[in-house]
Amino acid sequence: MIDFEIPDFIKNQQQLIKMVAEQAMRPFSRQLDEHEHERPKTFVNMTWPFAQQMMQRSLKPLMQNGNGSGAPQKERTGPDYSTLALIFMIEQLSWGDAGQYLCLPHPMLGGAAVQSAGTPEQQVRFLKRFTEGKPKWGAMAITEPGAGSDNSAMRTTAVLDPETNEWILNGEKIFITSGKLALEESDGICVVWATVDPKAGRAGIKSFVVEAGTPGVTIAKQEHKLGIRASDTVALHFNNVRIPYHNLLGSAEAADKMADKGFQGAMKTFDASRPAVAASAVGIARAALEFTIDRLKQEGVVVDYTKPKHQLTAVERDIMEMEARYKAAWLLTLRATAQMAHGESNRLEASMCKYRAGEAVTWITQRAVELLGPLGYSRELLVEKWMRDAKINDIYEGTKQINQLIVARSILGYSRRELK
Amino acid sequence: MLDFRLNDEQQMLVGAIARFAKERLRKVYRDAEETGTIPGDVVQAGWEMGVLPTAIPEAYGGFGDYSAVTGVLAAEEFAWGDLAISLQIMLPNLVAIPIMLAGTEAQKATYLPGFCDERPPRLTATLTEPTVFFDPHKLKTTAVLDGDHYLLNGVKINAPLAGEAELILVYANENGKTQGFLVPTDTPGVAVGERNKLMGIHALATHTVTLENVRVPVANKLGGVAGCDFQFILNHSRVALGAAAVGVARAGYEYAREYAKQRVQFGEPIAHRQSIAFMLADMATDVDSARLLVWEAAWLLDKGKDATREITVMKNYVDQLVVDVADRAVQILGGYGYIREYPVELWLRNARGFATFDGLAMI
Repeated sequence: MIDFEIPDFIKNQQQLIKMVAEQAMRPFSRQLDEHEHERPKTFVNMTWPFAQQMMQRSLKPLMQNGNGSGAPQKERTGPDYSTLALIFMIEQLSWGDAGQYLCLPHPMLGGAAVQSAGTPEQQVRFLKRFTEGKPKWGAMAITEPGAGSDNSAMRTTAVLDPETNEWILNGEKIFITSGKLALEESDGICVVWATVDPKAGRAGIKSFVVEAGTPGVTIAKQEHKLGIRASDTVALHFNNVRIPYHNLLGSAEAADKMADKGFQGAMKTFDASRPAVAASAVGIARAALEFTIDRLKQEGVVVDYTKPKHQLTAVERDIMEMEARYKAAWLLTLRATAQMAHGESNRLEASMCKYRAGEAVTWITQRAVELLGPLGYSRELLVEKWMRDAKINDIYEGTKQINQLIVARSILGYSRRELK
Repeated sequence: MLDFRLNDEQQMLVGAIARFAKERLRKVYRDAEETGTIPGDVVQAGWEMGVLPTAIPEAYGGFGDYSAVTGVLAAEEFAWGDLAISLQIMLPNLVAIPIMLAGTEAQKATYLPGFCDERPPRLTATLTEPTVFFDPHKLKTTAVLDGDHYLLNGVKINAPLAGEAELILVYANENGKTQGFLVPTDTPGVAVGERNKLMGIHALATHTVTLENVRVPVANKLGGVAGCDFQFILNHSRVALGAAAVGVARAGYEYAREYAKQRVQFGEPIAHRQSIAFMLADMATDVDSARLLVWEAAWLLDKGKDATREITVMKNYVDQLVVDVADRAVQILGGYGYIREYPVELWLRNARGFATFDGLAMI
């Protein structure tokens, strides 16, 4: 039944998060943008209890015996509201500040990978830490200098040492969000993609969990970025990093049997993470749109929605197109999320919303800077920052072009070979 | 709870109209376009699908199941088949829906039962006027109260099937506000003029209607003395047109996609090239974006919300998206896109009309 009604508990949640955004994020946006690599302490301290509760709720079904030997999650009967709640949360936090949102003390992408590919035992072993003690972070290391969109080209290796039953990781990973927070500044985790057989291409790629404090991991570089400067982005070097055999995500038997499915499983993480990126993009778009409308109102410019198109001013036309593109991106995102919540496949729709939202927020924030003239360009306000923050959504979790390629293959029914 | 899936009845309705559009409309649309006539049996078959009677309240002989969301689902499927023919099939809506939404009890009792008959009543409506800067809120056609009658004066265009109509819902300017008037065509001063020549929708006969000192009783004013909230009626028209635009856009996108998979150049289908494939990906995303905006707008109407802002934003955007999608469909077909043996040139001409079709559809 077609329905756009948001459940009440999400509306309430949004009120709360909006307060966090206004009190713990916005006041620090400029400072953190101009002092890259400083940490958003207020935001982290304020959200840590909330993030712990979220993790507790999601681990609860596995924790009945305290160690993950409890019953696996029950077969779902209704829609999964937590997925929907998460997407709304990301939108509202990104409305506050997209860079700080990425510093949420939560396993984030790494946690999503553990939850989608890990055994119940692994989920508890790696994620329980996010429910107790001091704030912690999770990260995911996929990209390499020579393997961006083509992640099958990755060169980081995992070799099994049969004597100690340990994996030995060697290689170089880049553009890792919260990598330093996860591995050096907290007792967090980093999910690392590596190949167990470089000749096997995609079939050889598996994901492994590296815990903070593991010898041989070094932070090679902290990046300086165009935007989302509050977010920690690092390069990691793995030099004979030894991790236990059971840090390979998924059960050992399954991992052997699955062969090609390892890579497919890893890719499946994107079906969930792309709507999340789209939601973040939409949050920034809404921030810029609301600010622009408010500021123009102070100048006496109020959009008249009853005028015919030929009587609209250029400014009114722009505002209306910004609104339309923002709303379309959000609805595409909600559709991909609702599919997830209903347990349906959303590969096509996830890529569609991600690329369209990245495109929309890039355009909307650039137009906001233009409309606000000297104020838009000023570092006294946040609009120029939002424009710089926005652009990352056109790039990470698959560039716009890679996601268009996925959409194109899907609608045409083509393989990688037919549509390169 | 947020949900983008059709319920069972909606799926059945959409499935039935989709079959009708494919098996009937797509068989005759080109002849209808070239000859300017729509086969009566096709219109009758479309009417017999019973979309409008479903919406009419039970007290007036319908099924009382009015929903703008269901309306937009139906409009998209009809328009996918052919826009001109579907505008004729949905023509009775132009009078029925405003009466349902804003009519007096007497107006409902007089007219609504007629929309549940086996054949559609011969009624039409007219809003558009022959002016460059057309504004539905500032009509040049005037309505002046004169005792217990209104005096109507002005020139309207694009009135569908006005030549056969027994009654026209005429929108006119009463003291700066747009109001509707139910005008029998045999009233002295009403003259149905020549057929309008338009860029697209050639199959649908639309006419100029001249009103010269036309006297209609006060009781014929839509909504009686209090009148109607015209923006509310316009919103229902724009949502319907938005949905029809989605149908036209989807027709163009799907045709171009299948063509690109068949058309071989340089030894392989042109869809193997990213330049073509990415255009198609954008077209698919545009169609879905437009549809979601239309659905949300319709849902807001069903919830009784004033959705003027959302609907205006949606309509202005969708009007442009449908042209962009149809244009790319023509481009992908290359030379064949320009030839009238193929449908895409017609979809481009029809698509361009949505920015001026205000009042030509209603759900």
